[in-house]
Formats: sequence, C-alpha cells, structure tokens
Amino acid sequence: MSSYSIEIRVIPRPGLLDPAGKAIHHALQSLGYDTVSDVRVGKAIYVDLEADSPESAIALTENMCQKLLANPVTEDFNVRIADEVEAPA
Amino acid sequence: MKIAVVTFPGSNCDYDLYKAIELAGGAPEFRWHRDTDVGQVDAVMLPGGFSFGDYLRCGAIAHMSPIMSSVVAFAERGGPVVGVCNGFQILCEAGLLPGALLRNDSMKFISQDVFIRVETTETQFTSSYEPRQILRVPVAHAEGNYHADAETISALEGDGRVIFRYVDRDGQTGTGGTPNGSTNDIAGIVNAGGNVLGMMPHPERAVEDVLGSVDGLALFTSLLSQTASAGV
Repeated sequence: MSSYSIEIRVIPRPGLLDPAGKAIHHALQSLGYDTVSDVRVGKAIYVDLEADSPESAIALTENMCQKLLANPVTEDFNVRIADEVEAPA
Repeated sequence: MKIAVVTFPGSNCDYDLYKAIELAGGAPEFRWHRDTDVGQVDAVMLPGGFSFGDYLRCGAIAHMSPIMSSVVAFAERGGPVVGVCNGFQILCEAGLLPGALLRNDSMKFISQDVFIRVETTETQFTSSYEPRQILRVPVAHAEGNYHADAETISALEGDGRVIFRYVDRDGQTGTGGTPNGSTNDIAGIVNAGGNVLGMMPHPERAVEDVLGSVDGLALFTSLLSQTASAGV
C-alpha cells in the first residue's frame, strides 16, 4: 500500500451559465486585462488515501466523484495524483 | 394524515412546514436526518434551509443522510414526497428528480415574494387550486436556477410535469417575473410517477393572512385530501 495525495478538479460544464466566472471576467476586464475571453470557476478538492497502485487510487477517486464530489448534470471532473509516498517495507 | 418533516442540520423551514401541515388539518411528525426509517406516514416533506452549510453543493451532503434511503424507498413505493427550496435541491441530488439548481443568474441571494402559475391541477399537490391560478409566494435562495439538459426539459414539458412556473402578477411569462434565470421559468416539477414534487418557492410561508398571503395553503390541503382517500 502507498499513500497518495489526489487532486480533484471539478469544473462547471462548458456552455453552462457560470455567474461567478462572468463576474470575475468583468472584474478582470475593468483591471485592463482585455485579452481575457472567458473565465470559469470550479473547485479543487484534495484527498489523501491509501491504495495498492496509482491506477486503483485514481479509480477509487473517480468513483467518489461520480457518487458525491461532482454533479453529473452540471459539472465535469478530472483527477490526478499530486504526490505518492510508498509505505516503508 | 401523518406527514413526516425531515430536519437536517441547517434546515430552517422545518417548523414552518410543521405549522402549515397542522393548519391544513394534517398531523405532522418530525424526523431527524440520522433516523433510518421515515416510519408509518402518508407523506414526507423535506424543508428549506442550508443543510450542512451548503458545503460541496446545496443538498449534496444531505442526500447521503441515513434517512434518505428510507425516503427514496418511500418515493419508489409511490408515496408522496415534497421538497421545498433546499428540499428540492436534496431531491435532485438524490436522483428522485431530474436536473439541478444552479446559482441564480444575478449572483444574488433573492428573498422576495414572487408570482407562480399553477400549470396543472391534475396532480395530488395542486388538485385544490384553480387551473392556471396565480399564487403569490416567497422565494429565498441563492441557488434556484433550474437547469437540465434539453432532452430532460422537453420531456418535463411534454409530460406536463412542470407544475409551477414563474410569471408576473398578470400571469405572463417573459416579462421579468423569473427571479433566478430558471430554464423555461420553471419553479416546480414532479417526477415521472407524479408523486415527488420539488419547488423553490415556499408555500409553507404563505398559509396565513399575517404572512401576507394564503396562496400556499391549498398545496397542503390538496395533498391531505389525496392521502385521506388513498392511503400509502
């Protein structure tokens, strides 16, 4: 078993109204960042867990996303391993 | 007629629902979210509020509460289930209703009276209303912008499952009566079986003259007249 730090990004579906992204976009424009064409706001969730392999750590986390962490109607998610620490033998 | 009102940590309309059920002549009973059984009741209501602080997404944590598997089983047996505001969000998260409630398009928390139109009286929740009756009821939410994919919306519309729609005081849509950006001005829907209702406006806060409107009361009397004749 190894310990994994997993980073999960949950992002509103493209094309879906994202009023927070829109508000930030306007604020960036008023700061003079006029080359910004779109802003969307999601969230990052960090989960530490134990698993046999990187693959099973990812599979487990994707399962969590489907069941709870993301809403399949409105959000997409992606999962990556941020850190892995092998348990001492 | 017994109606269970489920309280979650952060619910704040549970007593309003309790009182409205009493006023309509029903017998409300509180259930705690950690209970595992709704018990022998004729209907279940999920109140508004901010269950679990709206952490993660509104209703997302509450739908994992121990009582919810019993609520889902009750709904699957055809038992009437009503979710108001946060209760609607919980029903969507639990998969008992399609779609999701997004952030209001204004980005603001909206607390005001709105007008909604009764789109059908052919449900156990609206049978005591007049067809196309216009109701004045309060909303109080930041995430009430109903969203679902095009296929789901057209199924809801085609099957007559949109039962409340935001309108202006004259009953018209498209004139700014929708407070939150909801698709097709949707304020309340039922599931395919017609026994699960979710709505963002608060009928339980419009049941006595002192509250400024009594237009919500008929929702409770509709349900009570059904459960009186059917029994689940």
